[in-house]
Amino acid sequence: MKRILAFAPLVIALIFGGFFLWGLNPDRDPNEIPSALISQPAPNFDLPAVEGLESPGFSRSDFDDLDKTVIVNVFASWCVPCRAEHAVLTSFVEQDGARLFGINYKDKPEDAVEWLENLGNPYERIGADFNGRAGIEWGISGVPETFIVGEDGTVIYRFVGPVVGDAQYSKFHTALLAAGAIEGQN
Amino acid sequence: MRIVFIVILSLFPFAGLAVEPDEILSDPVLEERARVISKELRCVVCKNQDIDSSNAGVARDLRLLVRERLVTGDTNEEILAYIQARYGDFVLLKPPFKPETYLLWFAPPLLALISIIIGAMVLFKSRNRKVRCSLTASDEKEVAQILTAFGTGDNK
Repeated sequence: MKRILAFAPLVIALIFGGFFLWGLNPDRDPNEIPSALISQPAPNFDLPAVEGLESPGFSRSDFDDLDKTVIVNVFASWCVPCRAEHAVLTSFVEQDGARLFGINYKDKPEDAVEWLENLGNPYERIGADFNGRAGIEWGISGVPETFIVGEDGTVIYRFVGPVVGDAQYSKFHTALLAAGAIEGQN
Repeated sequence: MRIVFIVILSLFPFAGLAVEPDEILSDPVLEERARVISKELRCVVCKNQDIDSSNAGVARDLRLLVRERLVTGDTNEEILAYIQARYGDFVLLKPPFKPETYLLWFAPPLLALISIIIGAMVLFKSRNRKVRCSLTASDEKEVAQILTAFGTGDNK
């Protein structure tokens, strides 16, 4: 019994050390919240088009007859990081051939129209979520957030925050490739 | 006593600061239930605040959603389940009791139990340890030898 007890400090040190190793891992994001939607069917929502915009509205039924994995981006003209992210999303559509749907979150239609006129409109469909109810259905905590939805309407991936910067870009790009939303070059 | 009463009363309006007047339901019973539910839900932006006291936009949306569903006749459990389905366990301030959280729920009482057992064992042992008052036979013999050795040397 005494001999076993002699190892107790070592065991305790190993347990704490392991915990610290896990906690100090630079790749671990303590703010990351697991999404309840992953591997679940996309939530129900039915959003009208943004007034003054040619893009049609966006609802759950648009996932019913998909021919490929799509990106769903929640954005707003008042959201500054969205502006930076816009170019990245546009490049996914124009260079990689991704399909992009948008949810315009708590935005004034005229502001959204102006924003998209200035920056370009890569979205196939845009739904206007005035009261943020569709946002709750998607379980978002803020804008921007980006989801990858599979052909069968299952949510595959969720990205919180803007896809801006090399690390974020490569993380999202890898997820897009893995989900089959874009084809790999070379 | 009166002063204390006034002080406590004056603190009341600040308790629900984040809930804006336009959100409050006209039915006081439903509103009371809405408050109870709101206290159970975490504001997903501020991380450690319930939605009842958070000023974040999402918190307000959730408060409105809770009230909307209360009016349509949902039970408290149904509303919590509805929001949990969308935001995961994280949205509940009180973690649910299920296999993944057994460690979380059982660790504190288990650790307390272990420390009580160890503490009791140590105390019990130290109390039962007999303090020897007399010498053993071999000790007596040795002492007698030493004494006789000294006796022959010094006293005579």
